[in-house]
Amino acid sequence: MINLLAIILVCCIFICLFRIARGPSASDRAVAIDVLGIMIVAFGAFMSIKTGKEFYLTTALVWALLNFIGVLALSKFLEGKGFDD
Amino acid sequence: MREIIGYFFMFIGVLFDAVGCIGLVRLPDLYNRLQASLKCVAMGTSLILLGTIIIVGVSPVGAKAFLCLLFILIISPTTEHALARASYIAGVKMWEKSIVDRLNEDKKSETG
Amino acid sequence: MKKLVLSMISFIVWVLLSWPFTPHGIDWQAIVVGIVASGFVGILFGDVFTDSPHRFFELKRYFWLLYFIAVFVWAFLEASFDFAYRVLHPSLPIRPGIIKVKTKLKKRAGIAMLANSIGFAPGAVTVEVIGDTLYIHMACLRYQDTEEATAYVVRRFERILERIFE
Repeated sequence: MINLLAIILVCCIFICLFRIARGPSASDRAVAIDVLGIMIVAFGAFMSIKTGKEFYLTTALVWALLNFIGVLALSKFLEGKGFDD
Repeated sequence: MREIIGYFFMFIGVLFDAVGCIGLVRLPDLYNRLQASLKCVAMGTSLILLGTIIIVGVSPVGAKAFLCLLFILIISPTTEHALARASYIAGVKMWEKSIVDRLNEDKKSETG
Repeated sequence: MKKLVLSMISFIVWVLLSWPFTPHGIDWQAIVVGIVASGFVGILFGDVFTDSPHRFFELKRYFWLLYFIAVFVWAFLEASFDFAYRVLHPSLPIRPGIIKVKTKLKKRAGIAMLANSIGFAPGAVTVEVIGDTLYIHMACLRYQDTEEATAYVVRRFERILERIFE
C-alpha cells in the first residue's frame, strides 16, 4: 500500500520537474520549486512510516523551513529590491 | 483499524497532490497556477501528515508530524502571497481572457 | 514581558521537537537544556517579537482562536475541492481577475493574518496590500464591485480576527 502511494507521489514530482524545466518565466519556476518542496515533506512522512525511523520527519521539517526561507529570498530577488527591506 | 483510517487519509492526500500537479501543467497563467497548485498540494500534504499522526499515535514521530502540519499551514499562504506580489511587481502578464485588473487601473490613475 | 512570552513559545516548540517523555519517565536533561536555550532565545530576540505581549494572557482570545481555526479549516477544504473540480473539468471554468477589498482591521498583525487567510479562501490570493486596501486575485469572479466582494470574501474572517487581535 505505502509503496503504491509513494510511486504515485514520485510521478507527481516528475510532473513538477517538467514545469521547472519548461516554465516560461522565472516566477513559474519559483512556484514549481515551492510546490516541489511541500511534496518532499509528504515523501519524508512516507519514508518515516515505512522504515519506522524518526529522522526522516526531522529532515522533512528542516526541508520545509529551508524551502520557506529560500522562496521568500527568491521572491525578494524577483521584486528587484534589497534583502533588508 | 487505526491503520486503515490512516491509509485512507493518506490516499486522499496523494490524490490531492496529483490534482495539484495536473493543475500546475494545465492552467493558463501564473496566478491561477499558483493558487491551484499550492492550495491542493498543501491540502494533500496536510492530509498525509494527518494520516501519519493517526497511524503512529502519540510518539516522537507523531509530535514531529504535528509540528510539520502546523508549519505547512503557516508557511504555504505566506509563500503564496509573497510569490504573487513579487511576480506582479516583476511584471508577469495576466491571462488575456482575464476580466478586470483594479490594481493596474489604480496605479494608472495615481501616476496620471 | 515580551521576552517571557517568546521564551514560553520556544520552549513549547522545543518539547514537541525533542519529545522527552520516554517510557521510563521524563528525560530531565532535555528539559533543562530546553529551558536554557529558550531563555537565551527570548533574551536575544524578544525586542523584535510583538507590540502587546499582555494579550497572550487573556484566555478569551484563545477560544476565538480555536473558532478561527475551525472556520479556516472549513474554508481550506472548500477551496481545495473547488480547485480540484476546476482543474479536472475538461473546459477549465475559470474567470480570473484582480479586485479590490477594504478592511477595518488596524493592527499590522491582524492585517497580515487576514491576508494569509484570504490566501486559503476559495479561489483567492492577496496580491498587494496598501494601507487598508487589499488587492486580491480571484480565479472565479462573482462580484466586481468593492462592497460586494468585501462582504463575500473578507467579512467572515474579519469579524473573528477583530476579537483576536484588536
